[in-house]
Amino acid sequence: MDLKFILESILFSAQKPLSVKEIRDVLGNAAEQDDADATVKGLKKIKEADVTAALEQLIQEHEDAKRSYRLACVAGAWQFVTQPEFSPWLKALVGVKARPPRLSQPALETLAIIAYRQPITRAEVEQIRGVNVDGTMQTLTERGLVEAIGRAEVVGRPMTYGTSALFLEYFGLRALEDLPAADELRKIVVEKPPAPLTADPGLATAPPEGLKSDDGSQKAEEQKAEQPSEEAPT
Amino acid sequence: MAEYKVKFEVFEGPLDLLLYLIKKEEVDIYEVNLTKLAKQFIEYIDTMRLLDLEIAGEFLVMASTLMYIKSRELLPVEQQVQVEGEEEGEDPRWELIRQLVEYKKFKDAAAQLQVLEVARENTFPRLPIKPEFEAERAAVKPEVSIFDLLNAVNTVLQRFTKRDDLRDIFDDKWTVSEKIEQVMKALTERGRLTFSELFAQAASRSEVVCTFLALLELIRMKQLVCLQAEPFAEIEVTRSQTVSLGSSPLPDAAAPAETVPATGLEPAADNPSGETAAATADETSAPASAPQS
Repeated sequence: MDLKFILESILFSAQKPLSVKEIRDVLGNAAEQDDADATVKGLKKIKEADVTAALEQLIQEHEDAKRSYRLACVAGAWQFVTQPEFSPWLKALVGVKARPPRLSQPALETLAIIAYRQPITRAEVEQIRGVNVDGTMQTLTERGLVEAIGRAEVVGRPMTYGTSALFLEYFGLRALEDLPAADELRKIVVEKPPAPLTADPGLATAPPEGLKSDDGSQKAEEQKAEQPSEEAPT
Repeated sequence: MAEYKVKFEVFEGPLDLLLYLIKKEEVDIYEVNLTKLAKQFIEYIDTMRLLDLEIAGEFLVMASTLMYIKSRELLPVEQQVQVEGEEEGEDPRWELIRQLVEYKKFKDAAAQLQVLEVARENTFPRLPIKPEFEAERAAVKPEVSIFDLLNAVNTVLQRFTKRDDLRDIFDDKWTVSEKIEQVMKALTERGRLTFSELFAQAASRSEVVCTFLALLELIRMKQLVCLQAEPFAEIEVTRSQTVSLGSSPLPDAAAPAETVPATGLEPAADNPSGETAAATADETSAPASAPQS
Protein backbone atom coordinates (compact mmCIF):
# COMPACT_ATOMS: atom_id res chain seq x y z
CA MET A 1 0.00 0.00 0.00
CA ASP A 2 1.25 3.42 -0.86
CA LEU A 3 2.23 5.62 2.08
CA LYS A 4 0.72 8.54 0.19
CA PHE A 5 -2.77 7.12 0.37
CA ILE A 6 -2.47 6.17 4.01
CA LEU A 7 -1.54 9.73 4.84
CA GLU A 8 -4.33 11.00 2.65
CA SER A 9 -6.86 8.94 4.55
CA ILE A 10 -5.52 10.11 7.91
CA LEU A 11 -5.71 13.74 6.95
CA PHE A 12 -9.11 13.21 5.39
CA SER A 13 -10.59 12.03 8.68
CA ALA A 14 -8.55 14.21 11.02
CA GLN A 15 -10.48 16.52 13.26
CA LYS A 16 -7.85 19.22 13.23
CA PRO A 17 -4.71 20.05 11.26
CA LEU A 18 -1.95 17.58 12.05
CA SER A 19 1.74 18.18 12.23
CA VAL A 20 4.16 15.65 10.81
CA LYS A 21 4.98 14.54 14.32
CA GLU A 22 1.33 13.91 15.09
CA ILE A 23 0.95 11.94 11.89
CA ARG A 24 3.90 9.82 12.90
CA ASP A 25 2.28 9.23 16.27
CA VAL A 26 -0.85 7.98 14.53
CA LEU A 27 1.20 5.62 12.40
CA GLY A 28 3.03 4.48 15.51
CA ASN A 29 -0.20 3.88 17.43
CA ALA A 30 -1.66 1.93 14.56
CA ALA A 31 1.34 -0.36 14.58
CA GLU A 32 0.81 -1.03 18.28
CA GLN A 33 -2.70 -2.36 17.75
CA ASP A 34 -3.31 -6.10 18.23
CA ASP A 35 -4.65 -6.74 14.77
CA ALA A 36 -1.89 -4.83 13.01
CA ASP A 37 -0.57 -6.65 9.97
CA ALA A 38 2.90 -6.43 8.48
CA THR A 39 2.14 -3.35 6.41
CA VAL A 40 0.85 -1.44 9.39
CA LYS A 41 3.73 -2.54 11.58
CA GLY A 42 6.17 -1.56 8.88
CA LEU A 43 5.30 2.09 9.25
CA LYS A 44 5.98 2.24 12.95
CA LYS A 45 9.44 3.71 12.71
CA ILE A 46 8.96 5.84 9.66
CA LYS A 47 11.05 8.97 9.45
CA GLU A 48 9.55 12.43 9.44
CA ALA A 49 11.36 13.22 6.22
CA ASP A 50 9.62 10.32 4.49
CA VAL A 51 6.24 11.51 5.67
CA THR A 52 6.92 15.02 4.45
CA ALA A 53 8.13 13.73 1.10
CA ALA A 54 4.97 11.67 0.65
CA LEU A 55 2.83 14.66 1.55
CA GLU A 56 4.65 16.80 -0.96
CA GLN A 57 4.02 14.15 -3.56
CA LEU A 58 0.33 14.23 -2.73
CA ILE A 59 0.27 17.97 -3.21
CA GLN A 60 1.78 17.56 -6.62
CA GLU A 61 -0.70 14.87 -7.62
CA HIS A 62 -3.66 16.94 -6.52
CA GLU A 63 -2.36 19.86 -8.44
CA ASP A 64 -1.87 17.80 -11.57
CA ALA A 65 -5.37 16.41 -11.24
CA LYS A 66 -6.68 19.96 -10.65
CA ARG A 67 -8.53 18.86 -7.56
CA SER A 68 -10.76 21.40 -5.89
CA TYR A 69 -9.32 20.42 -2.53
CA ARG A 70 -5.63 20.37 -1.78
CA LEU A 71 -3.36 19.70 1.08
CA ALA A 72 -2.06 22.80 2.77
CA CYS A 73 0.53 23.12 5.47
CA VAL A 74 -0.21 26.09 7.66
CA ALA A 75 1.91 26.86 10.71
CA GLY A 76 3.45 23.44 10.41
CA ALA A 77 0.15 21.56 10.44
CA TRP A 78 -1.36 19.73 7.48
CA GLN A 79 -4.99 19.88 6.45
CA PHE A 80 -7.25 19.56 3.44
CA VAL A 81 -8.54 22.89 2.23
CA THR A 82 -10.52 24.06 -0.77
CA GLN A 83 -9.18 26.23 -3.54
CA PRO A 84 -10.13 29.92 -3.42
CA GLU A 85 -11.91 29.84 -6.76
CA PHE A 86 -14.69 27.75 -5.28
CA SER A 87 -15.47 30.21 -2.52
CA PRO A 88 -18.79 31.50 -3.97
CA TRP A 89 -20.39 28.08 -3.65
CA LEU A 90 -18.78 27.26 -0.36
CA LYS A 91 -19.87 30.53 1.12
CA ALA A 92 -23.40 29.68 0.09
CA LEU A 93 -23.01 26.26 1.61
CA VAL A 94 -21.50 27.01 4.99
CA GLY A 95 -22.33 30.67 5.31
CA VAL A 96 -19.78 33.39 5.56
CA LYS A 97 -17.27 32.59 8.25
CA ALA A 98 -17.26 34.93 11.19
CA ARG A 99 -13.91 36.34 10.33
CA PRO A 100 -12.45 39.47 11.87
CA PRO A 101 -12.43 42.52 9.59
CA ARG A 102 -9.59 42.87 7.16
CA LEU A 103 -6.48 44.59 8.36
CA SER A 104 -5.98 48.20 7.39
CA GLN A 105 -3.07 49.29 5.26
CA PRO A 106 -1.08 50.76 8.16
CA ALA A 107 -1.70 47.63 10.19
CA LEU A 108 -0.45 45.45 7.35
CA GLU A 109 2.65 47.57 6.93
CA THR A 110 3.47 47.41 10.63
CA LEU A 111 2.79 43.69 10.59
CA ALA A 112 5.05 43.21 7.57
CA ILE A 113 7.89 45.03 9.31
CA ILE A 114 7.55 42.92 12.43
CA ALA A 115 7.19 39.71 10.44
CA TYR A 116 10.36 40.17 8.45
CA ARG A 117 12.52 41.83 11.04
CA GLN A 118 11.58 40.06 14.22
CA PRO A 119 12.61 40.31 16.96
CA ILE A 120 12.21 44.04 16.71
CA THR A 121 11.46 46.84 19.14
CA ARG A 122 8.63 49.28 18.83
CA ALA A 123 11.06 52.14 18.29
CA GLU A 124 12.68 50.32 15.37
CA VAL A 125 9.30 49.75 13.77
CA GLU A 126 8.47 53.43 14.11
CA GLN A 127 11.80 54.32 12.60
CA ILE A 128 10.97 52.39 9.45
CA ARG A 129 7.39 53.54 9.16
CA GLY A 130 8.04 57.13 10.10
CA VAL A 131 4.89 57.36 12.22
CA ASN A 132 3.78 56.43 15.69
CA VAL A 133 2.66 52.82 15.79
CA ASP A 134 0.93 52.57 19.16
CA GLY A 135 -2.52 52.22 17.66
CA THR A 136 -1.62 49.58 15.11
CA MET A 137 0.49 47.65 17.61
CA GLN A 138 -2.47 47.49 19.92
CA THR A 139 -4.73 46.25 17.15
CA LEU A 140 -2.24 43.62 16.09
CA THR A 141 -1.68 42.45 19.65
CA GLU A 142 -5.39 42.21 20.30
CA ARG A 143 -5.86 40.18 17.18
CA GLY A 144 -3.22 37.86 18.46
CA LEU A 145 -1.06 38.30 15.40
CA VAL A 146 1.84 39.90 17.21
CA GLU A 147 3.28 39.18 20.60
CA ALA A 148 6.09 40.33 22.86
CA ILE A 149 8.89 37.83 22.71
CA GLY A 150 11.62 39.25 24.82
CA ARG A 151 13.73 42.26 25.56
CA ALA A 152 16.49 43.93 23.62
CA GLU A 153 19.97 43.94 25.10
CA VAL A 154 20.30 47.71 24.96
CA VAL A 155 19.84 50.58 27.36
CA GLY A 156 16.33 50.61 28.71
CA ARG A 157 15.74 46.96 27.78
CA PRO A 158 12.79 47.68 25.51
CA MET A 159 10.42 44.89 24.58
CA THR A 160 10.92 43.09 21.32
CA TYR A 161 8.04 41.83 19.23
CA GLY A 162 7.47 39.02 16.82
CA THR A 163 4.62 37.28 15.05
CA SER A 164 2.60 34.52 16.62
CA ALA A 165 1.47 31.12 15.37
CA LEU A 166 -1.89 32.71 14.69
CA PHE A 167 -0.15 35.02 12.24
CA LEU A 168 0.95 32.06 10.14
CA GLU A 169 -2.52 30.63 10.25
CA TYR A 170 -4.18 33.93 9.38
CA PHE A 171 -2.16 34.25 6.19
CA GLY A 172 -2.00 30.58 5.38
CA LEU A 173 1.79 30.38 5.68
CA ARG A 174 3.67 27.21 6.37
CA ALA A 175 6.43 28.95 8.28
CA LEU A 176 8.17 32.30 8.45
CA GLU A 177 10.52 31.21 5.68
CA ASP A 178 7.51 31.15 3.38
CA LEU A 179 6.99 34.89 3.62
CA PRO A 180 7.21 36.33 0.11
CA ALA A 181 10.69 37.65 -0.74
CA ALA A 182 11.91 36.76 2.74
CA ASP A 183 15.62 37.00 1.98
CA GLU A 184 15.44 40.43 0.49
CA LEU A 185 13.30 42.02 3.13
CA ARG A 186 15.19 40.61 6.07
CA LYS A 187 18.28 42.57 5.02
CA ILE A 188 18.60 46.15 6.02
CA VAL A 189 19.22 48.45 3.07
CA VAL A 190 22.74 49.84 3.36
CA GLU A 191 24.19 49.76 -0.09
CA LYS A 192 24.31 52.99 -1.94
CA PRO A 193 23.29 52.97 -5.56
CA PRO A 194 26.30 52.96 -7.90
CA ALA A 195 25.36 56.18 -9.69
CA PRO A 196 25.35 59.43 -7.77
CA LEU A 197 22.07 61.20 -7.20
CA THR A 198 21.06 63.37 -10.12
CA ALA A 199 22.73 66.74 -10.28
CA ASP A 200 20.35 69.33 -11.58
CA PRO A 201 22.04 72.67 -11.92
CA GLY A 202 21.77 74.38 -8.62
CA LEU A 203 19.73 71.58 -7.16
CA ALA A 204 20.54 68.09 -5.94
CA THR A 205 24.25 67.64 -6.21
CA ALA A 206 26.16 64.44 -5.78
CA PRO A 207 26.73 63.55 -2.16
CA PRO A 208 29.77 65.21 -0.60
CA GLU A 209 31.38 62.03 0.67
CA GLY A 210 30.56 58.50 -0.25
CA LEU A 211 28.89 56.61 2.56
CA LYS A 212 30.55 53.36 1.68
CA SER A 213 34.04 52.67 0.45
CA ASP A 214 34.14 55.22 -2.40
CA ASP A 215 36.93 57.73 -1.91
CA GLY A 216 38.69 59.67 -4.63
CA SER A 217 36.22 58.96 -7.39
CA GLN A 218 33.38 60.53 -5.48
CA LYS A 219 35.29 63.71 -4.79
CA ALA A 220 36.14 64.17 -8.45
CA GLU A 221 32.52 63.73 -9.48
CA GLU A 222 31.34 66.10 -6.85
CA GLN A 223 33.75 68.81 -7.91
CA LYS A 224 32.43 68.59 -11.44
CA ALA A 225 28.92 68.95 -10.17
CA GLU A 226 29.89 71.85 -7.93
CA GLN A 227 30.39 74.36 -10.76
CA PRO A 228 26.82 74.37 -12.06
CA SER A 229 25.50 74.77 -8.57
CA GLU A 230 27.44 77.97 -8.02
CA GLU A 231 26.11 79.52 -11.19
CA ALA A 232 22.45 79.01 -10.58
CA PRO A 233 21.41 79.10 -6.99
CA THR A 234 17.73 78.42 -6.30
CA MET B 1 -16.43 80.30 -12.34
CA ALA B 2 -16.41 76.58 -12.86
CA GLU B 3 -16.69 74.35 -9.87
CA TYR B 4 -13.38 72.86 -8.79
CA LYS B 5 -13.40 69.34 -7.53
CA VAL B 6 -10.43 68.88 -5.32
CA LYS B 7 -9.25 65.39 -4.65
CA PHE B 8 -7.16 65.53 -1.56
CA GLU B 9 -5.59 62.40 -0.29
CA VAL B 10 -4.84 62.20 3.36
CA PHE B 11 -1.64 60.43 4.20
CA GLU B 12 -0.90 58.61 7.38
CA GLY B 13 2.71 59.60 7.63
CA PRO B 14 5.34 61.70 5.89
CA LEU B 15 6.96 58.70 4.24
CA ASP B 16 3.61 57.76 2.66
CA LEU B 17 3.33 61.25 1.25
CA LEU B 18 6.87 61.28 -0.06
CA LEU B 19 6.42 57.96 -1.80
CA TYR B 20 3.22 59.23 -3.35
CA LEU B 21 4.93 62.38 -4.62
CA ILE B 22 7.81 60.34 -6.02
CA LYS B 23 5.40 58.00 -7.74
CA LYS B 24 3.60 60.96 -9.24
CA GLU B 25 6.88 62.19 -10.71
CA GLU B 26 7.38 58.73 -12.14
CA VAL B 27 11.04 58.62 -11.25
CA ASP B 28 13.10 56.07 -9.46
CA ILE B 29 13.54 56.72 -5.76
CA TYR B 30 17.30 56.80 -6.20
CA GLU B 31 17.03 59.50 -8.83
CA VAL B 32 14.54 61.78 -7.28
CA ASN B 33 15.16 65.48 -7.15
CA LEU B 34 15.00 66.18 -3.46
CA THR B 35 14.69 69.91 -3.75
CA LYS B 36 11.61 69.64 -5.92
CA LEU B 37 10.29 67.03 -3.56
CA ALA B 38 10.81 69.37 -0.63
CA LYS B 39 8.83 72.06 -2.41
CA GLN B 40 5.92 69.76 -3.16
CA PHE B 41 5.93 68.41 0.36
CA ILE B 42 5.71 71.87 1.85
CA GLU B 43 2.95 72.78 -0.58
CA TYR B 44 1.02 69.82 0.67
CA ILE B 45 1.44 70.88 4.26
CA ASP B 46 0.21 74.34 3.35
CA THR B 47 -2.85 72.83 1.76
CA MET B 48 -3.46 70.84 4.89
CA ARG B 49 -3.33 74.04 6.85
CA LEU B 50 -5.72 75.64 4.44
CA LEU B 51 -8.19 72.82 4.80
CA ASP B 52 -7.80 73.10 8.53
CA LEU B 53 -6.53 69.57 8.88
CA GLU B 54 -4.51 68.57 11.84
CA ILE B 55 -0.87 68.21 10.91
CA ALA B 56 0.89 65.45 12.76
CA GLY B 57 4.25 66.27 14.26
CA GLU B 58 6.03 63.79 12.02
CA PHE B 59 5.10 65.80 8.95
CA LEU B 60 6.70 68.90 10.37
CA VAL B 61 9.84 67.00 11.32
CA MET B 62 10.07 65.70 7.76
CA ALA B 63 9.49 69.18 6.36
CA SER B 64 12.37 70.54 8.39
CA THR B 65 14.59 67.63 7.34
CA LEU B 66 13.81 68.40 3.72
CA MET B 67 14.55 72.07 4.24
CA TYR B 68 17.84 71.15 5.83
CA ILE B 69 18.76 68.94 2.92
CA LYS B 70 17.79 71.67 0.49
CA SER B 71 19.90 74.22 2.31
CA ARG B 72 22.89 71.91 2.34
CA GLU B 73 22.71 71.57 -1.39
CA LEU B 74 22.92 75.27 -1.94
CA LEU B 75 26.32 75.55 -0.35
CA PRO B 76 29.47 74.06 -1.80
CA VAL B 77 31.04 71.47 0.42
CA GLU B 78 33.92 73.62 1.61
CA GLN B 79 31.63 76.25 3.04
CA GLN B 80 29.28 73.90 4.76
CA VAL B 81 29.25 74.06 8.51
CA GLN B 82 29.42 70.71 10.19
CA VAL B 83 26.33 70.40 12.37
CA GLU B 84 27.25 69.24 15.82
CA GLY B 85 26.05 65.76 16.54
CA GLU B 86 26.29 64.76 12.92
CA GLU B 87 29.11 62.48 11.94
CA GLU B 88 31.57 63.25 9.22
CA GLY B 89 30.32 62.04 5.94
CA GLU B 90 26.79 61.41 7.08
CA ASP B 91 24.53 62.42 4.29
CA PRO B 92 20.98 63.32 5.27
CA ARG B 93 19.95 62.88 1.67
CA TRP B 94 21.09 59.34 1.56
CA GLU B 95 19.53 58.63 4.93
CA LEU B 96 16.18 59.83 3.67
CA ILE B 97 16.39 57.90 0.44
CA ARG B 98 17.41 54.80 2.31
CA GLN B 99 14.45 55.21 4.58
CA LEU B 100 12.12 55.62 1.62
CA VAL B 101 13.49 52.58 -0.16
CA GLU B 102 13.10 50.43 2.91
CA TYR B 103 9.61 51.69 3.61
CA LYS B 104 8.55 51.06 0.05
CA LYS B 105 9.75 47.48 0.27
CA PHE B 106 7.58 46.93 3.30
CA LYS B 107 4.63 48.58 1.66
CA ASP B 108 4.94 46.11 -1.18
CA ALA B 109 5.28 43.29 1.30
CA ALA B 110 2.12 44.49 3.03
CA ALA B 111 0.29 44.38 -0.29
CA GLN B 112 1.42 40.81 -0.76
CA LEU B 113 0.25 39.93 2.72
CA GLN B 114 -3.12 41.35 1.86
CA VAL B 115 -3.34 39.07 -1.14
CA LEU B 116 -2.63 36.13 1.14
CA GLU B 117 -5.23 37.39 3.58
CA VAL B 118 -7.90 37.50 0.90
CA ALA B 119 -6.96 34.09 -0.44
CA ARG B 120 -7.19 32.68 3.05
CA GLU B 121 -10.65 34.09 3.45
CA ASN B 122 -11.71 32.07 0.46
CA THR B 123 -10.29 28.77 1.58
CA PHE B 124 -12.42 26.44 3.61
CA PRO B 125 -10.92 23.62 5.61
CA ARG B 126 -12.45 20.20 5.96
CA LEU B 127 -14.79 20.70 8.89
CA PRO B 128 -13.95 18.45 11.78
CA ILE B 129 -16.53 16.24 13.48
CA LYS B 130 -17.36 17.83 16.77
CA PRO B 131 -15.94 15.76 19.59
CA GLU B 132 -18.45 14.48 22.15
CA PHE B 133 -17.01 15.98 25.29
CA GLU B 134 -17.65 19.56 24.22
CA ALA B 135 -21.13 19.37 25.73
CA GLU B 136 -20.02 19.44 29.33
CA ARG B 137 -17.79 22.45 28.78
CA ALA B 138 -20.81 24.48 27.81
CA ALA B 139 -21.98 24.69 31.43
CA VAL B 140 -21.87 28.37 32.25
CA LYS B 141 -19.62 29.18 35.13
CA PRO B 142 -20.19 32.41 36.94
CA GLU B 143 -17.31 34.78 37.32
CA VAL B 144 -15.63 34.90 40.68
CA SER B 145 -15.73 37.85 42.97
CA ILE B 146 -12.68 39.37 44.60
CA PHE B 147 -13.54 37.64 47.88
CA ASP B 148 -13.36 34.23 46.27
CA LEU B 149 -9.95 35.14 44.95
CA LEU B 150 -8.78 36.37 48.35
CA ASN B 151 -10.07 33.23 49.97
CA ALA B 152 -8.24 31.10 47.49
CA VAL B 153 -4.95 32.93 47.84
CA ASN B 154 -5.24 32.77 51.61
CA THR B 155 -5.48 29.02 51.37
CA VAL B 156 -2.32 29.00 49.29
CA LEU B 157 -0.54 31.25 51.75
CA GLN B 158 -1.50 28.97 54.63
CA ARG B 159 0.84 26.46 53.11
CA PHE B 160 3.74 28.71 53.84
CA THR B 161 2.92 29.63 57.37
CA LYS B 162 2.54 25.98 58.28
CA ARG B 163 5.92 25.14 56.91
CA ASP B 164 8.46 25.13 59.66
CA ASP B 165 11.43 23.53 58.07
CA LEU B 166 14.54 25.62 58.29
CA ARG B 167 15.61 27.06 54.99
CA ASP B 168 17.98 29.73 53.85
CA ILE B 169 16.10 32.84 53.03
CA PHE B 170 17.04 34.07 49.60
CA ASP B 171 15.84 37.31 48.23
CA ASP B 172 13.65 36.16 45.37
CA LYS B 173 13.73 38.78 42.72
CA TRP B 174 10.27 38.24 41.36
CA THR B 175 8.71 41.09 39.51
CA VAL B 176 5.04 41.35 38.77
CA SER B 177 5.71 41.84 35.07
CA GLU B 178 7.75 38.66 34.92
CA LYS B 179 4.93 36.80 36.59
CA ILE B 180 2.46 38.27 34.15
CA GLU B 181 4.52 36.90 31.29
CA GLN B 182 4.78 33.52 32.97
CA VAL B 183 1.07 33.26 33.62
CA MET B 184 0.15 34.25 30.08
CA LYS B 185 2.65 31.79 28.66
CA ALA B 186 1.33 28.98 30.82
CA LEU B 187 -2.20 29.82 29.77
CA THR B 188 -1.33 29.87 26.11
CA GLU B 189 0.22 26.44 26.45
CA ARG B 190 -2.47 24.86 28.58
CA GLY B 191 -5.67 26.67 27.67
CA ARG B 192 -7.02 26.79 31.17
CA LEU B 193 -5.41 26.55 34.56
CA THR B 194 -6.79 25.97 37.98
CA PHE B 195 -5.98 28.42 40.69
CA SER B 196 -3.86 25.93 42.60
CA GLU B 197 -1.88 25.04 39.48
CA LEU B 198 -0.89 28.67 39.19
CA PHE B 199 0.72 28.55 42.61
CA ALA B 200 1.90 24.97 42.48
CA GLN B 201 5.57 25.75 42.15
CA ALA B 202 5.65 28.88 44.30
CA ALA B 203 8.50 28.57 46.71
CA SER B 204 7.84 31.43 49.05
CA ARG B 205 5.22 33.86 50.24
CA SER B 206 6.59 36.68 48.16
CA GLU B 207 6.34 34.57 45.06
CA VAL B 208 2.73 33.76 45.85
CA VAL B 209 1.98 37.42 46.42
CA CYS B 210 3.71 38.37 43.22
CA THR B 211 1.78 35.82 41.23
CA PHE B 212 -1.46 36.92 42.80
CA LEU B 213 -0.75 40.54 41.91
CA ALA B 214 0.02 39.48 38.37
CA LEU B 215 -3.32 37.66 38.24
CA LEU B 216 -5.20 40.71 39.48
CA GLU B 217 -3.42 42.91 36.98
CA LEU B 218 -4.31 40.60 34.13
CA ILE B 219 -7.93 40.54 35.23
CA ARG B 220 -7.94 44.32 35.31
CA MET B 221 -6.52 44.43 31.82
CA LYS B 222 -9.27 42.02 30.82
CA GLN B 223 -6.77 39.53 29.54
CA LEU B 224 -8.06 36.83 31.86
CA VAL B 225 -11.31 35.52 33.15
CA CYS B 226 -11.72 33.62 36.41
CA LEU B 227 -14.61 31.23 36.74
CA GLN B 228 -15.89 29.11 39.56
CA ALA B 229 -18.33 26.27 39.02
CA GLU B 230 -19.72 26.28 42.55
CA PRO B 231 -19.08 28.37 45.60
CA PHE B 232 -15.76 27.43 47.22
CA ALA B 233 -14.92 25.12 44.37
CA GLU B 234 -11.68 25.30 42.46
CA ILE B 235 -11.27 28.53 40.50
CA GLU B 236 -10.45 28.23 36.82
CA VAL B 237 -8.38 30.78 35.00
CA THR B 238 -8.70 31.18 31.24
CA ARG B 239 -7.75 33.72 28.64
CA SER B 240 -10.37 36.28 27.97
CA GLN B 241 -12.23 35.73 24.69
CA THR B 242 -13.19 39.28 23.98
CA VAL B 243 -10.29 41.57 24.64
CA SER B 244 -11.38 45.15 24.98
CA LEU B 245 -9.40 48.10 23.74
CA GLY B 246 -6.94 48.89 26.45
CA SER B 247 -7.88 48.76 30.09
CA SER B 248 -11.12 50.32 31.12
CA PRO B 249 -10.78 53.10 33.65
CA LEU B 250 -11.50 52.16 37.24
CA PRO B 251 -15.16 52.75 38.01
CA ASP B 252 -14.17 54.92 40.97
CA ALA B 253 -12.48 57.46 38.74
CA ALA B 254 -15.78 58.61 37.28
CA ALA B 255 -17.43 59.47 40.57
CA PRO B 256 -15.08 62.13 41.88
CA ALA B 257 -14.99 63.78 38.47
CA GLU B 258 -18.74 64.21 38.58
CA THR B 259 -18.91 65.55 42.08
CA VAL B 260 -16.14 68.09 41.73
CA PRO B 261 -18.02 70.64 39.62
CA ALA B 262 -20.98 70.40 41.94
CA THR B 263 -18.90 71.10 45.02
CA GLY B 264 -16.98 73.76 43.18
CA LEU B 265 -20.05 75.84 42.66
CA GLU B 266 -21.45 75.68 46.17
CA PRO B 267 -18.68 77.44 48.08
CA ALA B 268 -18.90 80.32 45.66
CA ALA B 269 -22.59 80.71 46.36
CA ASP B 270 -22.23 80.17 50.06
CA ASN B 271 -19.49 82.64 50.82
CA PRO B 272 -19.99 85.81 48.89
CA SER B 273 -17.63 87.33 51.38
CA GLY B 274 -14.87 85.11 50.15
CA GLU B 275 -15.54 86.14 46.63
CA THR B 276 -15.67 89.83 47.34
CA ALA B 277 -12.41 89.51 49.19
CA ALA B 278 -10.94 88.00 46.09
CA ALA B 279 -12.55 90.70 44.00
CA THR B 280 -11.02 93.51 46.00
CA ALA B 281 -7.68 91.84 45.78
CA ASP B 282 -7.86 91.79 42.03
CA GLU B 283 -10.11 94.55 40.78
CA THR B 284 -9.68 93.89 37.11
CA SER B 285 -10.96 90.37 37.34
CA ALA B 286 -14.00 91.24 39.53
CA PRO B 287 -16.41 91.98 36.69
CA ALA B 288 -15.21 88.86 34.93
CA SER B 289 -15.70 86.60 37.93
CA ALA B 290 -19.11 87.96 38.90
CA PRO B 291 -21.15 86.32 36.09
CA GLN B 292 -19.47 83.02 36.87
CA SER B 293 -21.03 82.78 40.34
